Amino acid sequence: MINPNSNVILSVKNLTANVDGTPILKGLNLEVKAGEIHAIMGRNGSGKSTFSKVLAGHPDYEVTGGEILYYGENILDLEPDERALKGIFLAFQYPLEIPGVSNLDFLRVAYNSRQKALGLAELDTFDFEDLVIEKLGVVQMDAKFLDRSVNEGFSGGEKKRNEILQMALLEPKVAILDETDSGLDIDALRIVAGGVNQLANADNATILITHYQRLLDYIEPDYVHVMQAGQIVMSGGKELALKLEAEGYEFLEAEVTA
Amino acid sequence: MVVSADLLNAMLQTDAYLSDLLKQSQTQTIRVRSEISGWLQELRQKAAYEVAHQQLPTRRDEEWQFTDLRELKAIAFQNPPAVNVDRETLASFTLPEARHSQVVFVNGVFAPELSDLTGLPPGVFVGNLMGLPLEANYDAIKYIAHQDDATEVFTALNSTGFPDVAVIWAETNVTVEMPIHLLWLTVPTPNPALIQPRGLVIADPGSSLTVIEQYGVAIAACADFTNTPPYLNNAVLEVFTRDNARVNHTRYQRESGSGFHIGKTVVVQDRDSHYTTQSINFGAKLSRHHLNIWQKGPNTETYLNGLTLVDHAQVSDTHSLIALNHSHGITDQLHKCIVDAQAHAIFSGKVFVPQAAQQTQAAQLNRNLLLSPQARVNTQPQLQITADNVKCTHGATVSQIDADELFYLQSRGINAEQARDLLLDAFAAEVLDRIPLPSLRQRLSQCVACRTEELFV
Repeated sequence: MINPNSNVILSVKNLTANVDGTPILKGLNLEVKAGEIHAIMGRNGSGKSTFSKVLAGHPDYEVTGGEILYYGENILDLEPDERALKGIFLAFQYPLEIPGVSNLDFLRVAYNSRQKALGLAELDTFDFEDLVIEKLGVVQMDAKFLDRSVNEGFSGGEKKRNEILQMALLEPKVAILDETDSGLDIDALRIVAGGVNQLANADNATILITHYQRLLDYIEPDYVHVMQAGQIVMSGGKELALKLEAEGYEFLEAEVTA
Repeated sequence: MVVSADLLNAMLQTDAYLSDLLKQSQTQTIRVRSEISGWLQELRQKAAYEVAHQQLPTRRDEEWQFTDLRELKAIAFQNPPAVNVDRETLASFTLPEARHSQVVFVNGVFAPELSDLTGLPPGVFVGNLMGLPLEANYDAIKYIAHQDDATEVFTALNSTGFPDVAVIWAETNVTVEMPIHLLWLTVPTPNPALIQPRGLVIADPGSSLTVIEQYGVAIAACADFTNTPPYLNNAVLEVFTRDNARVNHTRYQRESGSGFHIGKTVVVQDRDSHYTTQSINFGAKLSRHHLNIWQKGPNTETYLNGLTLVDHAQVSDTHSLIALNHSHGITDQLHKCIVDAQAHAIFSGKVFVPQAAQQTQAAQLNRNLLLSPQARVNTQPQLQITADNVKCTHGATVSQIDADELFYLQSRGINAEQARDLLLDAFAAEVLDRIPLPSLRQRLSQCVACRTEELFV
């Protein structure tokens, strides 16, 4: 929901970044205010996923210029965990399987790290289990997934639900969903989108990175941006996504180069 | 022609260092009943003959190409004098689940005053050969040193001078629910000690046993990097799982930072028997564990789990051999190593699947985690299959902590140190979780956390 008076959460200015010495982001600008949902679309290789990793602070991505301001503070020097504790959350395109680490322990350690950072009481195993069982409802997830190793043997849809469960527990200020919809069947997509909608409120913001307009039928964006060659080359409302769906990315070539 | 003494020695394949070690071993007093002294004398003579005709291995021997014994050979080990251990020292080794089924040997000698066997059910004997009824002694000696690899130099050396024999024996169809804690305590003495523990585990047909075999130093439960006078623990444990019997054997090696450990576990499996082991190697300056499984009948199951954790300049070598010779055997081996600092882990795992071993299912996996650029691993998974109707897999991995897994955890607000701890704990847990005693699992998992902590200082 667009409210011109709300706070700017994220302000990305002229961001450039390399992967293995190759420039991928080439001057990206984006401003996200509280309450807003942004969708970033674009072809494979346009830099969408790189942008999400750079926001989260992945060490393999080297920022070569520009800045990322989060509530006005430059976060480029912060570690990934420090960014997470401040409220930045990345839902992974390919959530990792971590054999041997139980999902419940992982969620509890993550949750308590956040509680500690906020100066709040950490929860013991029993209280945490109560909380997590309540949050399972957000993504209609079965409690049996808590006892398994993190994402190990989960189907694609279960992994994505587990990402949204983490988001529900960590209550981020800005959530970046990297192709969370890719490969999901329609039922799983509805559940995941339903979870994201439940968690969105006037104080936080969501950035959806996606290939497909279909997701936007379930989560209505306030802004749609199109990325190409490491930059946002076009921004608009949700009608832009419909136009992309109908006409493909080809129309961009003409408009951008014109 | 004049032949120098050195050359003559070389021609005769004698090894002056080994000869001295043999002399020490041969003068060891052995505690057995007089009725079986004839058997003992014969055993010692035969073993001495084997030792005298061999040399201690060097890196020129294929089986020892990664493990250098020169440091060991620089030390003159001697039979240790008798020593006492007080009960307070013992307390830190006691496992709550096995408080009343604990048998303690000090420098290889049975210490009844430290043992508590009040919780044992009828039908199981735990103690030493001397305490075993005479009739059973005559049976026991049919098992000792009869396995196929008793001529190997360190095992033969042990046979020439073990000071005592630990015996755990479950009678036919007896299920022993209570875990039996076999604790080999070393008390280092000012003169470097030659300690030769010897044990015998027999699970008669249809019986079931859980054994926790622990090698510790009587200064503290954790003596990993405590300097003691050097000593050599040359241990042999022979396990017989008879028809349809089950043995779950956790072997936990925690020598001091100055100790040398050469250990052998020999397992002879009769038909339909199960043998499971968790072999945990955390201690010693240099350790070598031979784990040999001999299949003597069809339809056996064998599960070998191992975890080695080494840092500083520790060397830890595990050589396993699974010799199948009958049909429908199942073997599954998982050996994991965590290697830090300048430490060196070696794994060699042989599985023989000859023509007679049709319908075998054999799996073997060795996974290694390197925590420092100087850490070293040598791994040799080896399957030798001549049977044509079998299902066998093997593999080995060597890796560092996965950067993507680390990033995933960090992206959830878990700091780098805690994330590494979680991943290390998970790596070790795959093996530790198979230990049947919760208290030991927990203790060892704390040890993994404690030992890998210094990474982040």
